Amino acid sequence: MPIIEVENLVKKFGSFVANDNLTFSVEAGEIYGFLGANGAGKTTAMKILCGLSSPTSGKVMVAGYDVAKQSEMVKQRIGYMSQRFSLFEDLSVWENFQFFGGIYGLSKAKIKERTSELLGRLGLESEKNQILGSLPLGWKQKLAFSVSIIHQPSIVFLDEPTGGVDPITRRQFWEIIYETASQGITVFVTTHYMDEAEYCQRVSIMADGRIVALDTPANLKAKYNAANIEEVFLKIARN
Amino acid sequence: MRGFIIKEFYHIFRDIRSMVVLFGMPVIQVLLFGFALSTEVKNAPVAIIDHSNDQVTRAITSKLLSSGFFILADQVPGEDHIEEVFRHGKVKEVIIFESDFATKLEKDRQAGIQVIADASDPNTANLLVSYTSAIVSDYQQEYLKGMSLPVTVKTETQMMYNPALKSIFMFVPGVITILLMLITAMMTSISIAKENEMGTMEILLVSPMRPIQIIAGKVLPYVLLAFVNALIILLLSYFVLGMPVKGNLLLLLAESLLFIVMALSLGIFISTVSKSQQMAMMLSMFALMLPTILLSGFIFPIENMPLPLQVISNLMPPRWFIIIVKSIMIKGLGFHYIWKETLIIAGMALFFIALSIKKFKVRLG
Repeated sequence: MPIIEVENLVKKFGSFVANDNLTFSVEAGEIYGFLGANGAGKTTAMKILCGLSSPTSGKVMVAGYDVAKQSEMVKQRIGYMSQRFSLFEDLSVWENFQFFGGIYGLSKAKIKERTSELLGRLGLESEKNQILGSLPLGWKQKLAFSVSIIHQPSIVFLDEPTGGVDPITRRQFWEIIYETASQGITVFVTTHYMDEAEYCQRVSIMADGRIVALDTPANLKAKYNAANIEEVFLKIARN
Repeated sequence: MRGFIIKEFYHIFRDIRSMVVLFGMPVIQVLLFGFALSTEVKNAPVAIIDHSNDQVTRAITSKLLSSGFFILADQVPGEDHIEEVFRHGKVKEVIIFESDFATKLEKDRQAGIQVIADASDPNTANLLVSYTSAIVSDYQQEYLKGMSLPVTVKTETQMMYNPALKSIFMFVPGVITILLMLITAMMTSISIAKENEMGTMEILLVSPMRPIQIIAGKVLPYVLLAFVNALIILLLSYFVLGMPVKGNLLLLLAESLLFIVMALSLGIFISTVSKSQQMAMMLSMFALMLPTILLSGFIFPIENMPLPLQVISNLMPPRWFIIIVKSIMIKGLGFHYIWKETLIIAGMALFFIALSIKKFKVRLG
């Protein structure tokens, strides 16, 4: 059963068409890579999926609800991690978890339970009372991811989650993503690292507001006769 | 919602800069305006050239010097040296008694006193000259006592509401207004702009929280802090500066709360039009501070402004709040007299709230 269904999505800003008739779907529990060059319209589409922006026309269903009409229901069921690091730097790790758990309406006991679970997975329990601003970027990114799934959403949207992070932390990050997907949380991720695209179960590649390719990494490489996704991407982007 | 407010307090209390702005500034400003920026003149150095030196001129001199407004400066040898002492700035006023003062007063029933003031500071000069003539005419009346005399007209002036003409009466309402405006509008606009800049606003908007809840969560702590500030300023001006609160204290606090809400909605509006914290700060400083100080009637009387500025000053929310504060604190008036000003501020608050909501929606669309 698809958890995200997009049919003929169009988003215009004045005469500029940011999303030109997008149609795709994402299965529950899938890791879906949403690729495209800068300015291809990824962020716009992602904002619409999250209910931050409304489509000009077309039908967008997320977690069984219409984004345009039932955005409140959608928002309860999604998590979002933006490309900019976006936890509160002047709060401690625990205070951040407490705050974000609170805005999703989790009970105190539940927040405690989830926090120790998530911090345990990252091995950062001892940093619980550290002020976030004093931690290294890689840790902060992992914490931001944990915060985005604190309320156990059906889908988590990750907007370039590994930007500016070292290769080891990136690898660890993807381990966490796999673990999350194995718990049944759908992962919708954008990235500019093509090696990361290989980790996805399916990827779509956008250019000029349209989806020009959508398949498993293996099928895409075969179709475009390329050794890796990077080559596929370059072939598409240059056309 | 509770978590939101707690989080906002963490932000404020962990940032030394905002703590200083919040609690240091009110105290410093009140004390500065209360003590340093006084328009009253005390102990002005005065030189006296007495060509007659009889008992009348001596009596007038001692009356002048014991008034507290003047102190005797260095001796001036003669009229030719007056300009020189003024140029050195050691003397603010020179008083010259003509020769044979007492004799002339006795015989001709009139004698002359010349008063020369340094009008490079016109306000001070004006005040000093009028103090001098008041003291002289006071002496005149004592002198005439017991003499049967032609009819004299006596003016009796009464300074209502502020008999001692204390400048604190003028400054405290202004300081309260400026501080409430600055703290609430600037702090809220900066804190919201910060969330925008850091990207945390996006996360909040993706959450099930409604925009109105997010804004309320951001703003409520500042309502509380601004209110605490208003109390601090009132306590300081009451106990340290001797400012009276003649009217209803509850009414004053309620009006302050209304003004705080107005300033907050202005702050929210500023944050919706500024892209960064710096911009929010600059906008609040220049768009709010200067007009508040210059056009609200706080320092410069509105009646003396050119007509276009008078019209513009109507748009300044502080103008109306200063009137309210003065009416309640100094005149002791009730709501009956200030409902119009209250209505104007409430209207402004609604206007800014509506504008911000509209702006907010555009951004989301």
